[in-house]
Amino acid sequence: MTARAVAKRKPAYLRKHGQILVAPAVIMLLAFSLAPLIATLRFSVTDYRLLFPDVTGFVGLANYRNLIANPDFWPALVNTILLVGFVLASTVAVGLGLALLLERAVVGKSVLRLLVISPFFVMPPVSALLWKNLLMQPVSGFFAWLASMAGVPAFDWFAKAPLLSVALIVAWQWLPFATLILLTSLQSFDRDQREAATVDGASSTSIFRHLVLPHLARPIAIVVMMETIFLLGTFAEVLVTTGGGKASTNLAFLVYSQAMLQYDIGAASAAGIIAIIFANIVAFFLVRAVGRSLEV
Amino acid sequence: MRSYWTWLPALALASCSSGGQEQTTLIIATVNNGDMVRLKELASEFEATHPRIKLEWVVLEENILRQKVTTDVAIKGGQYDIVTIGAYEVPIWAKRRWLASLDDLGPAYAADDLIAPVKAAVSFQGVQYAAPFNAEGTFTMYRTDLFRRAGIVMPARPDWAFLTAAAAKLNDPAAGTYGICLRGKAGWGENMAAFLTMAHSYGGRLFDERWRPQFDSPEWRTTLDTYVGALRKWGPPGAATNGFNENLALFAQGKCAIWFDSTVAAPFLSDPKTSKVADSTGFAPAPAETSGKGANWLWTWALAVPISSKRSPEAKQFIRWAAGPGYAAIVARHAGWLAVPPGTRMSLYRNPNYRKAAPFAEVTLQAINAADPTSPSRLPVPYIGVQYAAIPEWQGIGTEIGQQFSAAIAGRVSTKDALAEAQAASRRQLAAAGYYK
Repeated sequence: MTARAVAKRKPAYLRKHGQILVAPAVIMLLAFSLAPLIATLRFSVTDYRLLFPDVTGFVGLANYRNLIANPDFWPALVNTILLVGFVLASTVAVGLGLALLLERAVVGKSVLRLLVISPFFVMPPVSALLWKNLLMQPVSGFFAWLASMAGVPAFDWFAKAPLLSVALIVAWQWLPFATLILLTSLQSFDRDQREAATVDGASSTSIFRHLVLPHLARPIAIVVMMETIFLLGTFAEVLVTTGGGKASTNLAFLVYSQAMLQYDIGAASAAGIIAIIFANIVAFFLVRAVGRSLEV
Repeated sequence: MRSYWTWLPALALASCSSGGQEQTTLIIATVNNGDMVRLKELASEFEATHPRIKLEWVVLEENILRQKVTTDVAIKGGQYDIVTIGAYEVPIWAKRRWLASLDDLGPAYAADDLIAPVKAAVSFQGVQYAAPFNAEGTFTMYRTDLFRRAGIVMPARPDWAFLTAAAAKLNDPAAGTYGICLRGKAGWGENMAAFLTMAHSYGGRLFDERWRPQFDSPEWRTTLDTYVGALRKWGPPGAATNGFNENLALFAQGKCAIWFDSTVAAPFLSDPKTSKVADSTGFAPAPAETSGKGANWLWTWALAVPISSKRSPEAKQFIRWAAGPGYAAIVARHAGWLAVPPGTRMSLYRNPNYRKAAPFAEVTLQAINAADPTSPSRLPVPYIGVQYAAIPEWQGIGTEIGQQFSAAIAGRVSTKDALAEAQAASRRQLAAAGYYK
């Protein structure tokens, strides 16, 4: 009881000075995140178009209404979810496979690792151009050449499956990230534990299911969270390959084409607020779902 | 009061001496195309002859340049002394009084030498607000060898009926050549430029005098059916996402029999180093339809001085040098006549050296001369522009409609539905911008 009272008094004493000590950090945080958020909220309810400097004023929720009234809004939301979902699922699954293989590699591990990481260093617009014009191009692309070798007609990627094509490009870019994180955590897996399990007669699948996978739960959650943050803002790949449309516009591209292109700060702010809410919902559920299913 | 008199002469002396040596730094924002990058290199000659002026360059990609410069000029940031803007921006910005008048560039600039439609494109209500640096029109590019083999003769003035018939005849996917290449990639500066020019040549228009969209008109119906039909039947696979660059690569590789696009392509296609079909590429005028108007688009990159610049006399001095009649000779001395920025001045097209170096000079000049952005259609229009409408909303509207038309080329929607969506989208966007109040 006395120990608890002491423990309780001490933080109280510390809290006073502690508050002063953390104040600079908190003030910085407020200045750099809360202030812009408030400004964005304010802009989102005003008529603020750079090209009409004399027209200003409070417009209520008109900016939000215009955005949601856009027939591309809901398809864009669905496209965003599909894109993020596809890229997350494929990078985690393939990344896990690659990480397991790389961990077992006997020779040339460092070279292999470098090769696997390299797509991550290619800038998004460049890799989009690369895929569009060198790989997926239905006349002169690599896949078309493969198809002609096999005697089948070339697949017109961006016309027939625009969202899948974009998702493939993005997945290719993010695969190294997933592989790298999973590989490092695989390497930190306790070898004694594996040996003990083998001695006890556990099969390699049950070692993977009951030891390795739980060990990877946290890194997978990190991969999912980090990728989600960046994938929600996928933009260059859509701009470079298809230029948008119902079948491939995501939320970021919609904001660009409906607000940024017209220098409409009000509409862009409204779209930004919607994107923030959306991103928070997605991140909340994804991280929870992943964390729970793996930590059992 | 007495002290005032004692330090005044000293101040006058100080300002005098600093005025003699002080350097002025001009900050120039420009686009990263070949002509502008060369200007940046050659500008050291200007600095050598004008020791008091120092140049600082901000070279950006087109979309980023547009965003940075528009933002800076709109909030009167005064960050740039010279900005590079397109024909689309000039009337919009001039109307808002964001640009300094360039009518006072003097005789050394030789404003009379500018090709008339280009000068009109950078003027607003009779006042010139930007100095054209390079300019482009539209024309038809075709393969002379394929035409000869098929016994087709390119008329002096082709129309779409002729081009589509020729495309049908020349389409030979087994041999790797496709009948016709056209822009499909969505964007106000990509497929919409070609679609809108074609619709104008059919006598159509984007909006009527009361800003009502016209996508339900028979002219737009014909335009979309012809364009989309031709590309789907005789175009290369992947046409729905081909922009200017993709088509340029396809044509240079010998994959296209006919291509209607910007005159900018001509130097690349005429050079054996960049084109497999350099000696079998022919140039003809842009396909014209009934009205004879609006078949030729016009674009120019021009130098302008924002009203917020505090160094406009020096900025104008540089513009006089860079966009003046003497610049062509400087480029020719360093990189040859083919590298001279085309399309802005009559004197270049009268120059025998240039005409010898550029076989496409005459057809380019004709294309630019035939363009009339102030009256693009047989019907009256409330906007300026052939392949764009110079209103702030056009970038957003054009991009959204371009997506519909691209989907039609891909076969995901019918041309009828694409037009209905275009009609609804442009109406919705103009209404949101307050056009129908």
